[in-house]
Amino acid sequence: MSNPPSEQSAPQPAGIVERLVRDDVDRKRFLRMAGSAGAASFGAFVLAACGSSSKTASTPATTAAVSTTSSSGAGGDLAILNYALTLEYLETEFYGKVVASGFFTGKVGSLIKDFGSQEMTHVEALKGAVEKLGGTPAAKPEGKFPITSATQVAMLAYTVENLGASAYLGQAPYIQNAEVLASALAIHSVEARHAATLGTLVKKSVTPDGAFAVPADMSTVLAAVKPFLA
Amino acid sequence: MTRASFILRGALATGAVYGATAVAPFVSQALAATGGGDAEILNFALTLEYLESDFYTVKGKQVGLSGQAKSYATLFGAEEEAHVSALTAAIKQLGGTPVAKPTFVFPTTNESSFLALASVLENTGVGAYNGAGPSLKSKAVLASAGSIVQTEARHAAAIDLLIGQSPTPNQGFDRPLTKAEVLAKAGPLIKA
Repeated sequence: MSNPPSEQSAPQPAGIVERLVRDDVDRKRFLRMAGSAGAASFGAFVLAACGSSSKTASTPATTAAVSTTSSSGAGGDLAILNYALTLEYLETEFYGKVVASGFFTGKVGSLIKDFGSQEMTHVEALKGAVEKLGGTPAAKPEGKFPITSATQVAMLAYTVENLGASAYLGQAPYIQNAEVLASALAIHSVEARHAATLGTLVKKSVTPDGAFAVPADMSTVLAAVKPFLA
Repeated sequence: MTRASFILRGALATGAVYGATAVAPFVSQALAATGGGDAEILNFALTLEYLESDFYTVKGKQVGLSGQAKSYATLFGAEEEAHVSALTAAIKQLGGTPVAKPTFVFPTTNESSFLALASVLENTGVGAYNGAGPSLKSKAVLASAGSIVQTEARHAAAIDLLIGQSPTPNQGFDRPLTKAEVLAKAGPLIKA
């Protein structure tokens, strides 16, 4: 059962997620605050309804719907927004390097450029949302990405976008502010579109989770991005 | 700072649009979306899922698809059917009564017009869920709706790529749709 976000741990001024990855104490505190989303947040009814016909049903998340009683204020939302901002910074930097690599031209190259530009607009929107809530936007982390071949990069992009989509999905139920939620949903489905597009490029499934996309919690996502932090 | 120049250009272009007030345009849309309780919202979603499911599994066969169009129709049809089952169960769990499956009429006669309509339906589905999301009271229902909308967005992108359209028709932010906007697209396809 996940804990609702609590007021006790206000977001750090800047670079929070970057620090969290390195600082186990902070990370645990942060995760406790933001709630352990992911599998446990997934609606039990979907698991019941889809039986064994989808991958979703095989996740160990047969329990616990999300708490509906959480009443934290902007603190939880700020932490979630800064977490998303950090991921968007990394995606933006990644696409910048991919474009600079020159591996992709023509129609695919144009899509890659579009996606990079869209990640950049996510960064701007999230920074704006953090400021609007009275917070301090997380500092831009320094990324490092292996860019060795078109095939490898496309596969990495597919992985990154799937991770991004599952990260937003994992946080959605914990967002308190309706405006923030509306914006997160508007971004979430775009990450999904990116992921599906890259799926066609690398000849992988456009719906790797089947009918029900699987959320990822913060610790899973942070562990997955850690290798890409310089 | 190692951003490519396109990002800097993009920042200049979007700086005026996004930034501090970025969320505003979406919110007024989304919050104005669907009234009613969670069961009512899910019944609206169920109608759309019935529509999509029928479109892929019944109309898809009638039209006679081939190649990638056929593969997508088979896969997406099965996934829409799973959404129908999940939503039906969720509505019952909330104490509501799931709507009966309507009868649909799809004005498509060939693969090309089928795929064009598929694009409209999937993109409308994304906007419908995104519009309704902030109105949902139950966080568990929201989590499930989010799980479904991600799949709809993936379908939309795959279909759009197949027909040479942009997989991100709304650029960086998918526009939430109001109930009225969704009905304007889907309503004419519902016969009874």
